[in-house]
Amino acid sequence: MTTTHLGMPTVASDPHGHLRGTESFPVAAHRALADTQLRQNLGHATRTIRAKRAAVVGEVDDWEELRRAGECLKADVMARLPELLEQLEASVTARGGVVHWARDAEEANRIVVDLVQETGADEVVKVKSMATQETGLNEALGAAGIAALETDLAELIVQLSDDRPSHFLVPAIHRNRSEIRDIFLREMPDVDPDLTDEPRRLAMAARAHLRRKFLSARVGISGANFAVADSGTISVVESEGNGRMCLTLPDTLITVMGVEKIVPTWSDLEVFLQLLPRSSTGERMNPYTSTWSGVTPGDGPQTFHLVLLDNGRSNVLASPDGRQALHCIRCSACLNVCPVYERTGGHAYGSIYPGPIGAVLSPQLTGISGPDDVNASLPYASTLCGACFDACPVRIDIPHLLVQQRAAAVDAHTRPTAQDVAMRAAAAAMATPGRFSLAERVVKLGRLLGRSGRIRSVPGPGAAAWFGARDMPPPPAETFREWWARRERTRRDRT
Amino acid sequence: MRIALVATCLGDAMFPQAPRATVELLERLGHEVVFPADQTCCGQAHVNTGYLDMALPLVRHHVDVFTGVADVVVAPSGSCVGCVRHQHAMVARRGGDEGLARAAEDLAGRTYELSELLVDVLGVTDVGAYYPHRVTYHPTCHSLRMLRVGDKPLRLLREVRGLTLTELPDAEVCCGFGGTFAVKNAETSTAMLADKMANVLSTHAEVCTAGDTSCLMHIGGGLSRLRSGVRTVHLAEILASTEESPRVPDAIMSEAR
Repeated sequence: MTTTHLGMPTVASDPHGHLRGTESFPVAAHRALADTQLRQNLGHATRTIRAKRAAVVGEVDDWEELRRAGECLKADVMARLPELLEQLEASVTARGGVVHWARDAEEANRIVVDLVQETGADEVVKVKSMATQETGLNEALGAAGIAALETDLAELIVQLSDDRPSHFLVPAIHRNRSEIRDIFLREMPDVDPDLTDEPRRLAMAARAHLRRKFLSARVGISGANFAVADSGTISVVESEGNGRMCLTLPDTLITVMGVEKIVPTWSDLEVFLQLLPRSSTGERMNPYTSTWSGVTPGDGPQTFHLVLLDNGRSNVLASPDGRQALHCIRCSACLNVCPVYERTGGHAYGSIYPGPIGAVLSPQLTGISGPDDVNASLPYASTLCGACFDACPVRIDIPHLLVQQRAAAVDAHTRPTAQDVAMRAAAAAMATPGRFSLAERVVKLGRLLGRSGRIRSVPGPGAAAWFGARDMPPPPAETFREWWARRERTRRDRT
Repeated sequence: MRIALVATCLGDAMFPQAPRATVELLERLGHEVVFPADQTCCGQAHVNTGYLDMALPLVRHHVDVFTGVADVVVAPSGSCVGCVRHQHAMVARRGGDEGLARAAEDLAGRTYELSELLVDVLGVTDVGAYYPHRVTYHPTCHSLRMLRVGDKPLRLLREVRGLTLTELPDAEVCCGFGGTFAVKNAETSTAMLADKMANVLSTHAEVCTAGDTSCLMHIGGGLSRLRSGVRTVHLAEILASTEESPRVPDAIMSEAR
């Protein structure tokens, strides 16, 4: 299979923005697992959304065909991404938009900061966007003296509490409503001091807080769910209507999108607009679908900029297997069904992309620099249970990609690790039947530890991890092959 | 039918009761079981930990040992069959050995997990078993989502005389084992295991069964630590048990010794 390059230099090193945390997954998970409030919030939220998704997916007769259609469309897009991007650039430009290309997060941020500064605005309103979370745009704008206001309710909660999103769709999934009430009381100017944790009252408080900003902001910034190459149409789907406000009221609209968000034609949206809402919010259709093509005189923003973000995507595209990860439409179904995510939450992954897809996408986007790279721990943050593949609306084989990224992590070992040594010893023992029998005899010595009928502990760091919560039976007096040989002897003797 | 047995490395060295029961069951049903003695391990642990290069000789050895010895190959393990069927050819191709990849695919096409062999190949759901215990079934992830065995194990269990089958809540959720995951991410694994055990205990079953020794080792290890009074037993052992020679496990973790 040939590899495809986007025709622009790719930057495999930092600055990648928020694609890498500061701790390995097990270290961060240790803290998350001990947070009982977090565990309660996540358990409740993921259970609820799983049930909603299952109900609305179950009512679609041709769901599997739709998934296959989504998979094929995305595979087609990846196979000819450079050509489709050029087509998109031409069609957006023809309709009055301006297209910018950003190699990495830093370049994308610089482009956006410059564009905002050109307007003279010191404040922007934002539609919820993973791409700008990835690049750390808000921090870059802040450093330039520009206040960025998140207008999605959950994203606003995260921003007000100086927190980080922990989920694609529900960035404040780790918070419950009484925590949200406390954040609003603490951080929202002019909030009603008698605010309760009733969802409607919380939403009304956010609405009052945001409404003034929607009316005064001159620049809106968004991400994109889809970009149609042949018509130059960008689309954002959302639930709250805040996106529609940001996309229509300001004079200037700047959209930052990962290059993989493209679809070839308008009619391809038919497939994704069925797959996405059912997979993400568990709704038949999302409440707001905004689409725009360049600039329409006298209607909506009169200046439109589209920033196309690479930030490692060309490297992912270059991997024949790994490029599947670029098919992701950020629905978050894999997060909601993942038993690991449900227990640790999104922050444990470090990267802005958590859960099963994040565990394969993040290390691919950044590359794995060595055994101490925290992103090398992400592909191991899974039992390979496969629930993510079943839930994925575009059939990304995440378990396969996890194994591939584990191989990439092993390949990045610049010195032999304890795991390398153990695996090499095991492989050597299993390479020939003679050595395997010998190894079995060594294992049998473990009977000395299990004279009470169960083994409760064994020395060694790996063993300590197991025996922290689990017993092990002592090895059997007779292995299977010994039993088999004894039985064969008995039979021979009889004849 | 002549059936070659993959005892699995874990089954051979640590939990021989599952491959032994598989032999006894298949022979009782009138089939010839062969055990190619040179077998070692399918390489699953290496593949799933990312050691694909080290797994290559193990794949080659497995294919060499099992090619041409019988009509079909059976393993009492969903995850080992999953590795053979979905990963062996990938490992071979990655290692640049297309010939081995084809041979692995050919062998994989004749390799079955126990419940698949019984229901799909041998066409039997009532194997004449007798097991007078209250049992709950955990469908292991690789049986369920890699092999898609569906309700085959349950159809087999429903025909077992004396057995009371109780439904496991959230059955399809992983127990948290995941091979090296249980060691590399032991705390998250334990959190998942806690929920699995709570569900097992809620059924008031005496026995938790599954088609994979490794998952049972994990669930059973946790149940033993808690002195829960519930034991784990491989599906093959239940199906091998008859009125003439019932299997009565003698202790929670130390059966068949």
